[in-house]
Amino acid sequence: MSVIVYVDSFSGSIAKNGFEAVNYASKLGDVIAVTAGSASDDVLAALGKYGAKKVLKDTSVTSNDPQQLTRLIAKAVEANGATTVVVSHDLNGKAIAPRLSARLKAGLVAGAISLPEGDKVKVNVFSGKAFGFVTVKSDKKIISLLPNSMKPVAEGADCAVEAFDGEAGTAGYTIKATKKPEGAIPLPEAELVVSGGRGLKGPENWGIIEDLANALGAATACSRPVADIGWRPHHEHVGQTGVAIRPNLYIAAGISGAIQHLAGVNGSKVIVVINTDPEAPFFKAADYGIVGDAFEVLPRLTEAVKKFKASN
Amino acid sequence: MKILVCISKSPDTTSKISFTEGNTKFDENGVQYIVNPYDEWYALVRALELKEAGKAEKVTIVTVGTAADEPVMRKALAIGADDAVRINAEAKDAFYVASQIADYAKNNGYELVLTGKETIDFNGSQVGGMIAELMDMPFVSLATKLELDGTTAAVEKEIVGGVEEVEVNLPFVASCAKGMAEQRIPNMRGIMAARTKPLQVVEPSAAEELTSFVAFELPPAKSACKMIDPENMDELVDLLHNEAKVI
Repeated sequence: MSVIVYVDSFSGSIAKNGFEAVNYASKLGDVIAVTAGSASDDVLAALGKYGAKKVLKDTSVTSNDPQQLTRLIAKAVEANGATTVVVSHDLNGKAIAPRLSARLKAGLVAGAISLPEGDKVKVNVFSGKAFGFVTVKSDKKIISLLPNSMKPVAEGADCAVEAFDGEAGTAGYTIKATKKPEGAIPLPEAELVVSGGRGLKGPENWGIIEDLANALGAATACSRPVADIGWRPHHEHVGQTGVAIRPNLYIAAGISGAIQHLAGVNGSKVIVVINTDPEAPFFKAADYGIVGDAFEVLPRLTEAVKKFKASN
Repeated sequence: MKILVCISKSPDTTSKISFTEGNTKFDENGVQYIVNPYDEWYALVRALELKEAGKAEKVTIVTVGTAADEPVMRKALAIGADDAVRINAEAKDAFYVASQIADYAKNNGYELVLTGKETIDFNGSQVGGMIAELMDMPFVSLATKLELDGTTAAVEKEIVGGVEEVEVNLPFVASCAKGMAEQRIPNMRGIMAARTKPLQVVEPSAAEELTSFVAFELPPAKSACKMIDPENMDELVDLLHNEAKVI
């Protein structure tokens, strides 16, 4: 049974969540990955290592347009008689999966966090405060997989890459400009995240957050007030109204842990909280807590991490 | 040009989440319902701003729900929507809801449909994209800025790791995220006016549901936080490596 997986490769490379989606889908059937743009065949063939049998590439779609990509994926489903589609529940997936669901009349399981158990798939609901189990009533189904829900394992070999005409039609809108900060690890993909709040007292003090992040190879994040007053860019804001993340490790310094902040980080596997106030609500959600001044604790932790990295 | 804003109710962000009937149903006992924050703060307020700037004649809110949803709809009217439409049905699943709204928007000539980026209860981010596909229109997801010039809109949207500026022509559907507008607190005049604004109840069209939630589960209780001596960060690194195995 074929499973179609849409993988974004417009940047010329494949992000970790693309490998995750392919790896996840390979447990459900024979994976045919579908992509658009002009990433090299060498790059795309690596999807085979994560379980893809082949990759279909449509070079006629040149921009990240959800309407064209929906038609492309629908065509691949039809051409291969597939009944299951897997996409990543990232910002691309959130634009494409619902369209595809309506087009194919295929039930969408949005934000899956594990493999189906029987006919049920587990998803995050209530902003991470609970889990739900979804069943699909239609013959076809779409699963959008929450990033960082399973670790992709490379075990196979490269697969074939074939040209494919997805009959994608024209774009629904024109992309005028794309702004992406250089070099930063995108937050939703990051396995390790160091985050700062108002306790850091000002943007000039972010060096100690960045030092720790650099020592760990982590992404940086912040709380809502910090983004609102302009100390840090909005794309770093994690929480209910910002980005929801589920890294392996979330280190929060100078963040009290309001319920809206927790809603964005409670999927983290391990939470470390550093706060001067022993009564800060965040400690209740933390695995490890340090009552202390971030200005002393963070540099000390950075040194400890460097020492550890040097000896391992 | 008329704007249709999709409004959903959601439990207050501070609600205690629990389930009844053998963990198959959300326990509404003691839960305060609010307008889903993304629908209210971003979609509705931006629609009102466009109307105030003379870019739209009318802002209508639409909800697929029962009479129990009307207090939440009145709140949205108090913030400034002109009128409200309740499609009289249980919101069975995202596709069912999207089908109802798409039918209504099509039959009543709405050229711009706005939704929040997701609801804070089911977090699916599904309805907006589905409406767009059912109406065969572009869908601009996670819009953070939206300016209209005649029938052309300049929209900024969130993409993976950054921002994209797109140009799109009416009619289209957009889901709205932080940045679109600032929250408005309804004033007394708005609240009084909302009582008498038109709230029309229409019967649903035939539509299928594609998914259903069959059970819920609460996460296992978090074990107590282990406190570490602030002087001893080597211990923390050791625990993160050997116990938690995350570095």
